[in-house]
Amino acid sequence: METLNPEKWIDNYADYLYNYTIVRVNDHIVAQEIVSETLLAAWRARKNFKGEATERTWLTAILKRKIIDHYRKVNSAKGQAEISMSYPSPEMEGDWLEENIADSQNRNIEDMLENEELRLAILKCLKQLPEKQAEIFRMKTIEGIDTETICKEHQITPSNLWVIIHRARKSMSACLEKNWFN
Amino acid sequence: MKFCFKCNEANHQCDKHQYDELHFFEVLVMKIHLFLCRRCREYSKRNKRLTDTLSSANLHLLPEEEKTKLKNKLKAEMRKDAHP
Repeated sequence: METLNPEKWIDNYADYLYNYTIVRVNDHIVAQEIVSETLLAAWRARKNFKGEATERTWLTAILKRKIIDHYRKVNSAKGQAEISMSYPSPEMEGDWLEENIADSQNRNIEDMLENEELRLAILKCLKQLPEKQAEIFRMKTIEGIDTETICKEHQITPSNLWVIIHRARKSMSACLEKNWFN
Repeated sequence: MKFCFKCNEANHQCDKHQYDELHFFEVLVMKIHLFLCRRCREYSKRNKRLTDTLSSANLHLLPEEEKTKLKNKLKAEMRKDAHP
């Protein structure tokens, strides 16, 4: 049976929840606010956690509701657009050519789900790196920060940085080989 | 500029290449090494695959300062419950 560990929520799930949100709202600030609201709401609702799902699934369910709330707010501010549609004759009802074409949206949803799983695998592998190595790797590789800035911030030389990056890349490759490619 | 180097140097060059931090001539020298060395070719292949995988994931990470802010917010909320 799963138990909650709120002290570890940010270390364990903040990146995952943030990624989940950003691909859906496409705005860094809004995504940060939604993640923050989600974790606070989860803390307030902790007594409702039954332990049947994993902590991550439970937090994601709360996050999904927060994302829907966000869109509701945005839409109510805009005013709602109404679309009405009718078939030209009763015989054609449900027989439009478009209804027989595969929905291209489905592919996007599949892609989105696959990316979701890939991101999860990458985050899992990142967590297995030593703390400093992970920090430097994420700065350099994911955030795209230049070598000089990272060296200054961590007080290391460029050759130290490349040694750290090399070790991190080897570990990440091996980890993804095991958890994603196979 | 050296025309030939050891495998560990070639691997570091290959890492730099993943971040576009090699000059044209350095790329050329690295490619000559890869042509001659099967082990480094294998490393280079895996390295490139890692780069492609990471970029296809379109990963965004929550900035560290935001994580710290969020931790403080959550701790404050927890304290409220401990001492209402």
